[in-house]
Amino acid sequence: MNEFMLIFRHQDGGKIASPEQMQIWMKQTMEWIEGIAGQNKFVGGNGLQFDDSKVVRHNGVVTNGPFGEIKETLGGYVIVKADSVEEAVEFAKGSPVLQGDGNTVEVRKLAKGDGVH
Amino acid sequence: MKQHNLIPHLFRTEFSKITAVLCKYLGVAHITAAEDIASETFLKALETWPYTGQPANPVGWLYAVARNKAKNHVQREKLFAEKIAPHLSEPATNAQENILDLSDKNIADSQLQMLFTICHPCLSTEAQIGLALRILCGFGIDEIASALLSNKETINKRLLRAKGKLRREQPAIALPPAAEINRRLSTVLRTLYLLYNEGYYSESNENILREGLCMEAMRLTQQLIDNDLTNCPEVNGLMALMCFQASRFAARKSATGTMVLYNDQDTALWDQQLIARGAYYLRQASTGNTLSKYHIEATIAYWHTHKLDSEEKWQNILQLFDLLLITDYSIIAALNRIYALAKVSGNQEAIQSALTLSLTDNQYYHTLLGELFTGTDNAAANAHFTKALLLAKTTHDKTIIRHKMERILA
Repeated sequence: MNEFMLIFRHQDGGKIASPEQMQIWMKQTMEWIEGIAGQNKFVGGNGLQFDDSKVVRHNGVVTNGPFGEIKETLGGYVIVKADSVEEAVEFAKGSPVLQGDGNTVEVRKLAKGDGVH
Repeated sequence: MKQHNLIPHLFRTEFSKITAVLCKYLGVAHITAAEDIASETFLKALETWPYTGQPANPVGWLYAVARNKAKNHVQREKLFAEKIAPHLSEPATNAQENILDLSDKNIADSQLQMLFTICHPCLSTEAQIGLALRILCGFGIDEIASALLSNKETINKRLLRAKGKLRREQPAIALPPAAEINRRLSTVLRTLYLLYNEGYYSESNENILREGLCMEAMRLTQQLIDNDLTNCPEVNGLMALMCFQASRFAARKSATGTMVLYNDQDTALWDQQLIARGAYYLRQASTGNTLSKYHIEATIAYWHTHKLDSEEKWQNILQLFDLLLITDYSIIAALNRIYALAKVSGNQEAIQSALTLSLTDNQYYHTLLGELFTGTDNAAANAHFTKALLLAKTTHDKTIIRHKMERILA
């Protein structure tokens, strides 16, 4: 069993939806996570806030992030247990994040530290 | 993670509460900032709750976040006012650095005061309805556009212009002085009446959204009733009208989602509780010596909650329409009066009365005449329905007219 991180990328992180829409997404996200947790395959996760976000550049310049020249913003991540990347991809497909046009979920296997990844 | 049993419309309801309190706190010039702070509060919940589970006290959680965001906003504004714009004659914000008061009392007061601010005479009725939906009901731009059968850009522009106007006019967020309250209340009631009608008569296929508008209009009217200063007979009259009409929501919807007309409705589906509530408010309205159009329309609506066609019912409705035409003339009321006249005195007399109106470019005029001629002069009926069909703009109206034409042939 491997662990995979599902990383949510939003095309338009600055756009604010209606309260009702946000509540719908909230419910869908909770149900999606419960579905994974119900199979005992949910490890953890978190949302990433836009408050107090900065980007530190190589020359020490700090700018207000995450917006700027990058169009995509990271909205959050969850870590799941899966036998294969295919299974992790199936979990990712259920993410409500994908309802947003241009949004993506990146699936990455976590390095185990045993030298066999 | 076990609790996803969120209270339905929790965010929408809390958005309207938080925004009203913030508008009052920051001042009428900062409505957009108030909306942003409220929206960001829910965004923070969206980023947190799915992973940590819904907090034990979700509303308290939201208020704590909103308070914190409001504090940060005021501090940023203060910094701006002190360092960047010290020469400004007016302070950038008139908010004090006290804590945002999200008590039930302040929420109710702020919402009621904002209702009067949004229904300020400096704004057009369209702008008032749009702002009320956004600020007092917590609807998003998309939802307003689809409820009002408009598009996002139009609604956005309308709201921006309205907020700009309020920023320039700077009306206080407060109840008008006692001497002015009646005059200002009439604008508020007209806006609530139209908001309700948007929902009740709208052509939008989204039933939930349409009923939502009606429910919101009723909730805001209830707020006027709950405050002694604004609990006037007209307000109760309007509430009675809304309750009577709303009692037919279930009966108006067919299984396929199309509209069922009054005559074809299953009266078992009429909501007796709402009818009883309407009767209660109508009694409450019957004090003092004002007879508003809401009183008259509510009484007409009351008679429509009687299932049986009796002479008494239609006699009363006819007299009420006569009264309504004197109080507040409208073409629709005039046409409805003729329908009642037909029920009382027969189609021939109603046809004569209708022809004197001579509203030849009105589809409802032709639809009514078509109905009055049906059975006695089907050719004339058909001719009027055909004209109505040409004038009708919406699919819904066209379907109804075609349906009536088919009945002649059957």
